[in-house]
Amino acid sequence: MSFVKLSASALAIAAVSATAAMARDNIQSAGSSTVLPYATIVAEAFGENFDFPTPVVESGGSGAGRKKLCEGVGENTIDIANSSSRISQSDIDLCKSNGVTEIMEVRFGYDGIVFASDIKGPTFAFTPADWYAALAAKVVKDGKLIDNPNKTWSDVRADLPNQPILAFIPGTKHGTREVFDEKVVHAGCKATGAEEAFIAAAGGDKAAGKKGCMTLRTDGVSVDIDGDYTETLARIDANKTAIGVFGLSFYQNNMDKLVVATMSGVTPSVDSVANGSYPVSRPLYFYVKKAHLGVIPGLKEYIEFFVSDDMAGPNGPLAAYGLVSDPELAKTQEAVAAETPMGPLN
Amino acid sequence: MTDATASVHGSLFQADARTRRRRAAETRFRAYGLGAVILSVLALVFLLSSVLGNGTGAFRQSVIRLEITLDPAIVAPKGTDPEALAKVTTIGYGRLLDQEVIAELTAKGIDTAGMSAKDISAMLSKEAAADLRRMVLADPSLIGQTITFDAFANGRIDGYFKGRVTMESAALDSNVSPAQLLLAERMRDAGLLRLAFNPGFLTAPDASELRPEVAGLGVAILGSAYMMMIVLVLALPLGVAASIYLEEFAPKNKLTDLIEVNISNLAAVPSIVFGILGLAIFINFAGLPQSAPIVGGLVLTLMTLPTIIISTRAALKAVPPSIRDAALGVGASKMQAIFHHVLPLAMPGILTGTIIGLAQALGETAPLLLIGMVAFVRDFPAAPPEGFFDPASALPVQVYNWTTRADPAFMERASGAIIVLLVFLVAMNAVAIVLRRRFERRW
Repeated sequence: MSFVKLSASALAIAAVSATAAMARDNIQSAGSSTVLPYATIVAEAFGENFDFPTPVVESGGSGAGRKKLCEGVGENTIDIANSSSRISQSDIDLCKSNGVTEIMEVRFGYDGIVFASDIKGPTFAFTPADWYAALAAKVVKDGKLIDNPNKTWSDVRADLPNQPILAFIPGTKHGTREVFDEKVVHAGCKATGAEEAFIAAAGGDKAAGKKGCMTLRTDGVSVDIDGDYTETLARIDANKTAIGVFGLSFYQNNMDKLVVATMSGVTPSVDSVANGSYPVSRPLYFYVKKAHLGVIPGLKEYIEFFVSDDMAGPNGPLAAYGLVSDPELAKTQEAVAAETPMGPLN
Repeated sequence: MTDATASVHGSLFQADARTRRRRAAETRFRAYGLGAVILSVLALVFLLSSVLGNGTGAFRQSVIRLEITLDPAIVAPKGTDPEALAKVTTIGYGRLLDQEVIAELTAKGIDTAGMSAKDISAMLSKEAAADLRRMVLADPSLIGQTITFDAFANGRIDGYFKGRVTMESAALDSNVSPAQLLLAERMRDAGLLRLAFNPGFLTAPDASELRPEVAGLGVAILGSAYMMMIVLVLALPLGVAASIYLEEFAPKNKLTDLIEVNISNLAAVPSIVFGILGLAIFINFAGLPQSAPIVGGLVLTLMTLPTIIISTRAALKAVPPSIRDAALGVGASKMQAIFHHVLPLAMPGILTGTIIGLAQALGETAPLLLIGMVAFVRDFPAAPPEGFFDPASALPVQVYNWTTRADPAFMERASGAIIVLLVFLVAMNAVAIVLRRRFERRW
């Protein structure tokens, strides 16, 4: 009984409030927790310097944000989706079926992914091949695929410290994991020539070979972290011998607790990511619903402000927080000013 | 004991084996109970001491007092009409601070050797430039004058005076240098820098990751208050009406039983389910705005309703039937009997249940995740009723938000927010206890 009454009254309230809900004057965005700190920094500065309300920024993950963007056009849908990975064809199709035909893709910078361990422990110098040999479910030994026997880092490569392997890596819902799989594990698999063994084992199937490369062992040596980097940090605090995967900006905020490992001899920093010598990095994007430009006040000004040199430039506050500035920022600025929608994915 | 007959006809003063066993069992049981109590008290003490130890720092903040000359060349390069003034962004004011802070320190005779103007102004919160800009826009006559200006110290400098940052950690940290900490010490000795009570923690809005020192709970407290208002206004009348009907009027049949069972079930449904429901009904179907207290309030109403109905029905049941019979006996209608006699006597119980339900709703985070209230919101919502539709945050959400931030300074603020939340909860529960003690009647 109460439920019937309740839904009736809720609908009544909704009907009354429909008029009030119509005129939204603040920008709403949602998505990647990696992009969140950058988006909040820009939103804060935007609210301070412009006559528009401060945009509302939600987190929730890249995929969830893009799905929300594609829910449709109208004031009760979001304007911007923040994303730490590129939009997929299935998202674009979903958007189209809901009437969101024009999306602007804005790449505003790069983010480095670093490997770090407790500050009191030894320092590591990794190569992607080390990570493949340490974490993959199957490795090649004497030309045959066998279950991964490596227990310590010195088993992986003799000049690494003699410390048990334990890695906290981002869970599969994170965009960071995709980069880790692609640019570290898969790259290492390729470099050691193990990928060919996998392809041969799968009867020449390349996709299966790649999948074999990126299948990680499940004997507790690699631990998926579904929470944020703060959780990874707490786990490393409790497990001093573990190695965690972090975003460059997170590491830069916790340099007194973590020591960073080099990758293929390069120390991760804003500079080494920017010039491409540090291999593990990824672009950061936000996606704008073009139909909302000119409808939601301040939206155009906000995205122009986001990619301006004052914000996303190499000396701006985003770079100070750990964003690797995009060398082609000027091109992005032009595209934003011209409101160019994105073309089909290539 | 050695003799079988002695244990049957033994002395009353000498306990036999079975009595001793029974007594031992009783002693053991008491020890278990006491142990359980001690364990839970220890857990509470541990929780409170960790929260209080981490969180009290959030109520005090390092403040730097500066004399600043508002140089017209930077602040008003194109004249002082409001439009031209608004064109100067906080980046411009940042340059003003670069220039003024080093001049001020030199004038006060504080040694700044080896540090650039940027290093020194980086010790101030990034909010300082925004504050200055607001002051100038509000009162353009300040331009060209020298004003006394209180700026928060940067989160790391503040952490140094609270023991979170040390010289050793600063040496490893790219965001602060030991030279800056030494300068901060000299500034404190000269009386420029002090730790002061920070009312902004309760009144200011959230801040981005670059400015942990100015982040506050203002929007979250307001958002939680709005939601509680909505829950109270909707859930109390609905819940009471439903329980009176079910308890006093409803025919006893299968349908009523089914409804009763379902209400008890609803009370045990995980709160995230109400969030999913809220997203589907209130946002996607009814088209209410995201991140707004109205949606949060409606979802929490759904969640609180079963609690209120169950406690109201218990309170109504506790009123003895003789009261109803007496009222009906002197010719009152059923409704008069209920509203004049039963309901007033059940009121303390109903209010207690309502307050406990509200306290539960106040601490709820999971359903708010789905309706977009776990967000970065800096603008205060307007006064109700329009404010119910503006974006806002909520207290437990703010705690969650701050624990996921990279800067360790946010840990302190999250603990501070927990303290505020606990104070609200304790106050509400205390009111519930007082109501029960004062007004509840037992028969």
